[in-house]
This record gives sequence, structure tokens and C-alpha cells, in this order.
Amino acid sequence: MVAAVFHQRAEGVLPANQRAEGVLPAAKAEARPMPARAMAAAGEGAVRPTPPARAARDPFDWKGLAGKVLAPIAGLALLIGIWALLTQKGGAFPTPAATFDAAWKQFADPFYRNGPNDQGIGWNVLYSLERVGLAFGLAALVGIPLGFLIGRFATLNAMFAPVISLLKPVSPLAWLPIGLLAFKAANPAAIWTIFICSIWPMVINTAVGVQKVPQDYLNVARVLNLSEWKIATRILLPAVMPYMLTGVRLSVGTAWLVIVAAEMLTGGVGIGFWVWDEWNNLNVAHIIVAIFTIGVVGLLLESMLLLVARRFEYRS
Amino acid sequence: MKPMLQIQGAGMTFATRRGPFVALREIDLEIARGEFVALIGHSGCGKSTLLNLVAGLTVPTQGVLLLDGRELKGPGPDRGVVFQNHSLLPWLSCTDNVLLAVERVFGAREGRAQLRERALAALELVGLTHARDKHPGEISGGMKQRVGIARALAMEPKMLLMDEPFGALDALTRARLQDELARIVRATGSTVLMVTHDVDEAVLLSDRIVMMTNGPAATIGEILEVPLPPLREAPRNRLEMAHHAEYLHARESVLEFLYAKQQHVEAAA
Repeated sequence: MVAAVFHQRAEGVLPANQRAEGVLPAAKAEARPMPARAMAAAGEGAVRPTPPARAARDPFDWKGLAGKVLAPIAGLALLIGIWALLTQKGGAFPTPAATFDAAWKQFADPFYRNGPNDQGIGWNVLYSLERVGLAFGLAALVGIPLGFLIGRFATLNAMFAPVISLLKPVSPLAWLPIGLLAFKAANPAAIWTIFICSIWPMVINTAVGVQKVPQDYLNVARVLNLSEWKIATRILLPAVMPYMLTGVRLSVGTAWLVIVAAEMLTGGVGIGFWVWDEWNNLNVAHIIVAIFTIGVVGLLLESMLLLVARRFEYRS
Repeated sequence: MKPMLQIQGAGMTFATRRGPFVALREIDLEIARGEFVALIGHSGCGKSTLLNLVAGLTVPTQGVLLLDGRELKGPGPDRGVVFQNHSLLPWLSCTDNVLLAVERVFGAREGRAQLRERALAALELVGLTHARDKHPGEISGGMKQRVGIARALAMEPKMLLMDEPFGALDALTRARLQDELARIVRATGSTVLMVTHDVDEAVLLSDRIVMMTNGPAATIGEILEVPLPPLREAPRNRLEMAHHAEYLHARESVLEFLYAKQQHVEAAA
């Protein structure tokens, strides 16, 4: 059940001194029902407690549906209701209806191009995703191996721990001038900023994962006399995978968070630039559309990685 | 016959924050090929420490251990270890768990198909052919322990080292696995050193019972020769043993050692 703890979206409630984001006590892990093939396991002692059976309840779980579907809808409705209430007297801030109209027009033709500074929202999102993908990919390429080394060798851990603690809380905006100075161009500077901000969760989580590989598994490796390569591929990598994926998930989130700030300052096509450009045009409805779009894309990125992470769950 | 394993004056002292802690002292023991030896004693008497010395997971601070006349330096595939908590890798199937051990020992000489055959043969020996494609999370505790035994045996070790292998199982499963182990020992002629805290398990399975004094600075208190034909030669029927005079006498001697001579004192923390 080790892995289950990584799939809760509860980073926000962690104490500040928690070393690896998202590493919660195992006791909070949700109980998951066993797959059917496990239930079929024959042989001694195969009779296991049945999972809190869903089948045993009524044919349709209305209460569960209300909790899962109606509650989120009610929350969203409340938000829009307050928004409508506050904007009904008119003013610079658009009403929900006006915003929805603007969104409808944007998403009806997301891929138009009217010159470099006026392109569809689809293009803006894609350009931003490209930057995030590139920067995050580089961060993974550097961060994950670095995390492995720091986790495996105590000396490296002692060397890098203070550096990481020092650099981790630095705001993305502070890194941008360094990037501009080093690369003398806006786009690489933006990528650099995302890179340096999104690398830390991957380094830290991978390192913690390596440090937390159960001693039992390492003892097995010792009595079987496994080679370093076998230890790395058959024991370390699978054991660290859930931690690593948590780091990856947090990193993608950070990268997507940073992109807006970076693009606002560096320009070029992208969702962050688009927000700033629409502010200059005083088109507030578009800014709100952009905010929702950024939120939805971030949510999708996270859900995708959660799906990947589920594939690497194992029960000991 | 020349002993297979010789432990000569072995001692183990751990360095702790409160100074050196003597766990074991002056251990002298010889185990012959094909012998089944049980190590018994109260918890904290260092029996697992002694097993770890034989396994090579720790190095003795005094004395020497010889296997077939050669000094033991670190773990090796000539000693198969069965851990109390099975220690199977949860991301590998039962077959792959066994295969991991097989590959290391025979991988240089044999092809994939042969190695796989070895792994499957080991699973068959412990009666788990039906579960070979299952993952450890999908089988019961008793089955996991049997996979652990298969993994150790598949390496064809000179010795089988077992650290309270059935300690975490319920009484009925434990009894079945003890019978299973006896059958495997008869079939393979394995030399076994088993740590246990179960008196019946020790008498039922072993040829000799090594009884440890209480720690710290534990050592061998008494060694009891079990007055029954060796396990590898004749099966011991659990029901017959229940009123077998020699068996009951051996059981009594062990109980007397544990509860009269070495009354367990809770260590003051």
C-alpha cells in the first residue's frame, strides 16, 4: 500500500518541515478494493477479508452520487452566483454571461492567426505547453539522476541538502534576470526559469525514495549477491518509482504555475503573454477565460500523471 | 565426518551510543552435512544475530566462521536465507522472485529457458505451481513464506538458513509448513540452521537443538541431541509424537532450560 499515499491531492496541508512534498503517513492511505484475480487465489489461507463491498449496497448508490457529482457542481454554482451578484451593477468587471460569450467565441476558432500578437487561444496554450514540456523534460533529465545520487550517497546528500534548501524557495521571477543574462534571449530565459523552479520536487522526492527503500529488500540483494545493475533495475527503480512519480507530478504543477509569470515578462506567443496582452487591451473577459483555461489544463496534466502513477502501484 | 560449518569462538559486540554492547560471546558450534539444527532462546538472546553471522550479513568482532574449511566473508549463494517477513519483491511475480536468485547463481552457464525451468521446479517443490504468475500481494502469508523457501532452495545452497520462518503465521498454517519443510528436507537432504522460539517446532524438526542463554553477552547454554531418527531419514508424525516418550522427554528438557534455568527477565529499558 506504499504507493497509494502519493495520489492524494493534499500537498497543501503538509507541515512546512516535511522534507518530501506529498509524502503522507501511510495510515492515511485509502483502502482500495482488491482486484478480482486476487480474490480467486486458491490455496491455504487465501480467504481474505472481502473489501468494503460496493456490491452489497443497494443497486444504485444515490448518496454517493450526490456527494461525488452534486457537491462539486454546487460549489461551482456558488462561485458563479457570487460572481454574478457582484457584477450585476455593471462596471469594468464582466458578468459570467459576458465571459461565457467571450469564451464561446474564443473556443469556436481556437487556431486563428492574425499576425504574431493576435493568435487563437489554442495556439497560446500549445506554445505554453511546448515551453513547459521542454523545460520540464530537461529538469527531469537532470533532477531524477541527481536525486538518485543524493539518495544513494550520504556525502552527496550532506553536500547538496543545504544548497537545495536555499534555492528551493526562490521565486521564479528572481531567476529570470539570470536567464536573460546567460542566454541573451527571452525564450531560453523563460525555459531556464521553469527548469530551475520545477527541478526541486523531482530531486527531493527521488532522493527520499532511494533513502526509504526498505532494508529488507537490500538484505535480499545482499544474500542473493546481486550485481549493482540488478540492484538498480530490479530493486531500487521499482521501489523508488512511486516517490519519483510524485516528484514528477509536483514538478509539472510547478512548471505550469511558473509559465504564466515567465511569459508575462518575456512575451512571445503563450497563455501568459496572452493574459498580459489582453490586460493591455483592457479585455477583462479574456483574462478570466485565460484563468479558467490555465486551471483546466493544469488539472488535466495532473490527472494524466495520476493515471500513470496508478500503473506503478504495488502492494507488499 | 568433517563438519560443514564450524563456528569457533565467535563473538559480536555492537558499538552503541552508550558504549559497546556485547550481544554474543564465545560461540563454538559445528554443523555436519545434512544436519537440521534449531537455535532456540528467549527474545533478545542473540539467536538472529548468530544467524546473520552465518549468513554473512554481519561480520563477527571475535572468532571465525568456516564453511567447508573456508572462512566466511560476507553473504554468498552457498547459503540460502529465508527471512521471517518473507522479503519478496512486491513488483515481481513469484516466478520472477525465484528467478532473481537463480539468475545470479546459474545465469553465467545456462540459458533463459533452463533458468526458468529451475525457478518453476523450485516452486513445484514447495507446491506453488498454481501461483507462479501471481504477485506477492495476491497470495497469503503462508504462500509467501513458501516462495521465500523456494527462492532460497533454487540457488542449491550448501546450507539453508531460516530466521523464524513460520513465526508470523497462524498455528494451523505453521503446522502445515513445518510438515512441508520436513518433506523438502527429506527430498533434498539440505543442511538447515533454523532460528525459532517454538519448542515443538524445534523438537519436531531438528536433529539437534542449540539452546542459548539470555542476553546480553549470550552464548550457547546447552545442546540437546533429539533422540529420534534424523529428520532426513524418517518422517516424524505429528500425532504419534504427541505421546511418544522420547519426543516428550526432549520437549521437557527444552522447556526446563527455557523456563527454569534461563527464566526470561524483561530487560530494563
